[in-house]
Amino acid sequence: MMAFALKRLLLALVVAFAVSLISFMLLRLAGDPAAALAGESASAEDIEFVRKKYGLDRPLIVQYLDWAQMVLKGDLGESSFFKKDVRSILADRLGVTLTLGGLALCFAALVGIPLGALAAVRPNTWVDRAALAIAVMGQAMPSFWFGLIMIIVLGVKLRLLPISGSETWAHFVMPAIALGYYATPAIMRLTRAGMLEVLSSDYIRTAVSKGLSPWQILFKHALRNALIPVVSLASVQFGFMLGGSVVIETVFAIHGVGFLAWESIRRSDLPVVQAIVLMLSLIYVGLNLLADVLNALLDPRIRVH
Amino acid sequence: MLRERFLRTGMVWSMWVLGIVGSVGTAMASKKDNTLNIAWEKELETLDLYYNTAREGIIVSHLIYDTLFYRDPKTNEYLPLLATSYKWIDDTTMEIKLRTGVKFHNDEVFDADDVVFTINYVTNPDNKVLVQQNVAWMERAEKTDSTTVRIYLKRPFPAALEYLSNYVPIYPNEYYSKVGSKGFGAKPIGTGPYKVQQVEPGKSIVFVRNESYFKDGPKGYPSIEKIVQRTIPEVNTKLAELITGGLDWVWQVPPDQMEKLAKVPHLRVIPAETMRVGFLYMDASGRSGPNPFQKLEVRRALNHAIDREAMAKKLVGGQSRVIHTACFPTQFGCTDEGAMRYEYNPDKAKSLLAQAGYPDGFEVDLYAYRERPYAEAVVGYLKAVGIKANLQFMQYAAMRDKWHAGKASLGYWTWGSYSINDCSAITGYWFKFGPDDYARDEQVKEWLELADATVDPQKRKEYYGLALRRIAEQAYWVPLFSYVSNYAFHKDLEFEPHPDEVPRFYKAKWRF
Repeated sequence: MMAFALKRLLLALVVAFAVSLISFMLLRLAGDPAAALAGESASAEDIEFVRKKYGLDRPLIVQYLDWAQMVLKGDLGESSFFKKDVRSILADRLGVTLTLGGLALCFAALVGIPLGALAAVRPNTWVDRAALAIAVMGQAMPSFWFGLIMIIVLGVKLRLLPISGSETWAHFVMPAIALGYYATPAIMRLTRAGMLEVLSSDYIRTAVSKGLSPWQILFKHALRNALIPVVSLASVQFGFMLGGSVVIETVFAIHGVGFLAWESIRRSDLPVVQAIVLMLSLIYVGLNLLADVLNALLDPRIRVH
Repeated sequence: MLRERFLRTGMVWSMWVLGIVGSVGTAMASKKDNTLNIAWEKELETLDLYYNTAREGIIVSHLIYDTLFYRDPKTNEYLPLLATSYKWIDDTTMEIKLRTGVKFHNDEVFDADDVVFTINYVTNPDNKVLVQQNVAWMERAEKTDSTTVRIYLKRPFPAALEYLSNYVPIYPNEYYSKVGSKGFGAKPIGTGPYKVQQVEPGKSIVFVRNESYFKDGPKGYPSIEKIVQRTIPEVNTKLAELITGGLDWVWQVPPDQMEKLAKVPHLRVIPAETMRVGFLYMDASGRSGPNPFQKLEVRRALNHAIDREAMAKKLVGGQSRVIHTACFPTQFGCTDEGAMRYEYNPDKAKSLLAQAGYPDGFEVDLYAYRERPYAEAVVGYLKAVGIKANLQFMQYAAMRDKWHAGKASLGYWTWGSYSINDCSAITGYWFKFGPDDYARDEQVKEWLELADATVDPQKRKEYYGLALRRIAEQAYWVPLFSYVSNYAFHKDLEFEPHPDEVPRFYKAKWRF
């Protein structure tokens, strides 16, 4: 098991390194960081001065190694827009994004798991198809559009929920639904598949013959086992939630990491964009690693393969 | 057991929902609390005006800081604000008497030292103020006594009062020296009508009324006690907040949303005129190579071909109006008196084209970068007189590069003059042989240089008049119309927009 975990960890580190390198190069190709740092009214000489001062005239690979060294020491650089330490800016905004991601995941699970279970109990009936339709709609609808529709219906027409901001828990309801709905189909499908497999297994047949109630069988025996792969999927989906928050945070004016990413891209604030890409990819890679290890712990066959 | 659990869960959910509903109600009490909730799209990186370039920075600056002078947006008269009077010692020296008894928000007393410090700080190139044109015309300042300062200019600069009224807020010397630009940008201190109570960078700013603000100044004592600003980037979200009472004031509303908002009973919408004007610029000087616009008849034909009145009324709408010369009507020196006017007359346009040797018209690329429908309307009008204009619609930077490189002969341009109410802010840019000048008229340039370098207002007006009349007579432009900016706010709010696009919230009040 230890060897498996180490192998996966090593792989995760390679992925994180590759992501950071590629994103570093791509971002530098997308715009001139010296021009962004120098500001809008800077002359060509000002830009050249900044380029030299910050070492932006050196080869990209040297700049990358420099940056990587800084990051390893925990220094993410300074935002060229806010003129503030990137780490403190991220720390200010991460909480709200994690809250949103967590709530979205809860929503996805609360909808996806019961729908999946329901579909498995009545496979290939209209119930199964309806459950699938509800779930798939989430993936088919663009999340920003769904967000705006909710704003119109729940915010403007019914006035049930606040429209933008992140001051209270109520502010998170619409964005969490908009974000979480997207992850619902995956969770639903996996729950359904797991449940179908479990429901046809011997110990369920035993439970039925023992005379247990259908509810007890479903929740106490079947779902518990069917959910194992769903848990690891959910951790990966959480990474998606964090990435998807770029759009949702903009729609709902939630000033989290996603919104910061969007605004920083618009104003070519490379140190911030770079740090966000790195952070999100590390979280994502970390969650994947966690899912792999979790799966291996639960199912020894994975370790062998 | 199971049912009980279900019931309990249900109760928790209902309480949560009730709590949510309750919390929405709190956002709708701004009038009662004498608070104004506003939003705009752009994040402000700092509240130090000298280090941000956003228009929103100027709005904030008007609230927190005071300038030496104040331009009355209705009369366009320059009134003393932190100054009490001024006189020109010579063409490059201005002596200013200062107001006494004024304190900064941190109780630091305002005096000549603050003015001298601010001006010497911002004119020092080492301090790298972002918009250099706002300050680079000043050389330095000097204290004569505690209530008198002298500002030395690098050269005669007639628009000095305009800049001193808008772009040179006075900072407290002791506090600024202590905290520096970074500290100041996060916790700004001024003498203005509002203090900053709380800043969450890029997210929100809370302003509270400066209770000790002087009452006899041209800004007046503010009526609204608290202003809460939020940054909302998504326009639909912003409008939804406005409709439901979460916001009381928004601006830059897209035109297609204005009609819908106008139908909301508690809202008022104003498509208010701005200093931005639209115009067609033709390559009379042949910078892009030989082209039809080098002939005066062709340029005049274009002026006759476009129904500007119809475009201003039906396409732009609101307070938009037709302009006849190369400036915005309220700008100092702007006049259309005696300038040649071109009425809408397609037949005349056709005969002028025939005279110029183009009886069947010609084909040309029309470059444009904003308001595509306006550019398309121009294409339609030109087609009606036989000119086939191929619309090349692109980003501003791309179009500017093409223009600067001399690769276009006809451009649909707009210019907002940076909200500077002086003719120099528009004619200086387009007709003084800069990279955007396609007229290249020596005579026009000479008059403009004279107008820009003399302090005598009468003489300035004369020279601008001469230049503008020649520009119209030579038909270098087809001046079109002024633009509008769309405001939407609660109908109980007394608020008046102005062409310089600086909302003056210290003049706003709730109708009780």
